[in-house]
Amino acid sequence: MNRFTRIFLFLAMWLSVFAQTQFQGLRDLVQVPIAISPALVSYAALTHGLGVTLSLGILGGLWVDSLSASPVGVSVLPLFLLGFTLHLQRHLILRDQGFAQFWVGLGAGAGVPLLTLGVLSLTRSQPVTGGFTVIHLLLLGLINGVACPFLFRMFDFLHRVFDYRPLTTSSFRPDRETVRGRQFRPR
Amino acid sequence: MLKRTHYLALAGVGLLTLALLNLPESLQTRVKSAIGASFLPLFGIRAASDALLDRAGYQVLPRSTLIDNLLRLERENAELRVTALQGADALAENQRLRATLGAAPRGPWHLKLARVVGRDPTTWWRTLQINLGSRDNLKPDHVVMSGAGLVGRISQAGLTHSQVALVGDAECGVAVVVKETRDLGIIKPGQTLLGDGGLVEMTLLQNCPGIMAGQVVLTSGLGGVFPAGLPVGTIVDTRNEDGNVFTTARVRLSANLNRLEEVWVLTP
Repeated sequence: MNRFTRIFLFLAMWLSVFAQTQFQGLRDLVQVPIAISPALVSYAALTHGLGVTLSLGILGGLWVDSLSASPVGVSVLPLFLLGFTLHLQRHLILRDQGFAQFWVGLGAGAGVPLLTLGVLSLTRSQPVTGGFTVIHLLLLGLINGVACPFLFRMFDFLHRVFDYRPLTTSSFRPDRETVRGRQFRPR
Repeated sequence: MLKRTHYLALAGVGLLTLALLNLPESLQTRVKSAIGASFLPLFGIRAASDALLDRAGYQVLPRSTLIDNLLRLERENAELRVTALQGADALAENQRLRATLGAAPRGPWHLKLARVVGRDPTTWWRTLQINLGSRDNLKPDHVVMSGAGLVGRISQAGLTHSQVALVGDAECGVAVVVKETRDLGIIKPGQTLLGDGGLVEMTLLQNCPGIMAGQVVLTSGLGGVFPAGLPVGTIVDTRNEDGNVFTTARVRLSANLNRLEEVWVLTP
């Protein structure tokens, strides 16, 4: 992956965190914010190196916490752990398959908020939770499950557009040409 | 198989998280403001696009509608002037009586109009962001309300933006009183029913058989954050808990917290 893809990845994270705080109408409709940061970290973990995954997890977590009432740092660890685990196991995941991307997104979307709530429970914070939290987690999982294959396709497209195309050279060399015929005529 | 770099990454992020979570509260607020400042261009773009849409809307509106609106607002303004005169007279009388009784005077509220620019990005907090901050003399604990009723209080004031903890959030417990019966209660943190954003639960301090649906809930002024008499909501239904020791009531908030675009901040 080239530099442009990495820039787009961080840009997408920045925009997605901001988008989480906007679009109240859509939020009322689906009952949860459109949070796709777990899907973005999943994509980074499956296609980029550990450095990019780590940076994206830390920055994404800090950005989410800066706009939220959560103590700063709460979202960093869950996003990083998701990226770290996926990065270590990526040779086992069929990352080019749409269904695998969906299930990875689904797990990440439900798992990251759950882990964040776990970290929050270790602090003095009192998040508003209840039976509806399970439904919220499932909805967040579904949103990320749908977003994950879409992100793979979008970044693949950007990669194709902005990356250097491989130089297509012919393997034909006239001095190595095999001339077939009845008679061998040296040149 | 974990390599050395993996161990280093795990240890680094773990230490960073621990360090951030153990920062003093004032420093946490500053760190949040500093990181949140990266979104200022996006907030600016959003404000500009809102203004542009508003202006485009005005261009589309027919002149007759604008004149109708102007006449309606002029009438409303005249009515409000009379009401304000009555209010000023009542306030002066109230201050005279309070001075006679030796009670602390209650000054008029200073209002600042703020625009709602964002919501909390998580589902377990009920907060929103407004476009006024410490440079507009806003401080934590300033009361926020809409024309309909109480909205919440400022929980964090950054330089240009502030975070408002809404009624029902963990950061915004409200001491309330039922207008008709004068029974005291609390809207406890975390007792918001998120399935319906407009409903919160109020626990009354004792068993109150006179409480019934339709009664009005106001701030009681106890607790020191919210001034007395601000409308909070209307009781929807009640139930007795803990062997009829406490009465719990569901209250529909007067202000629609999901549809807020502009709010008023009460400053002393």
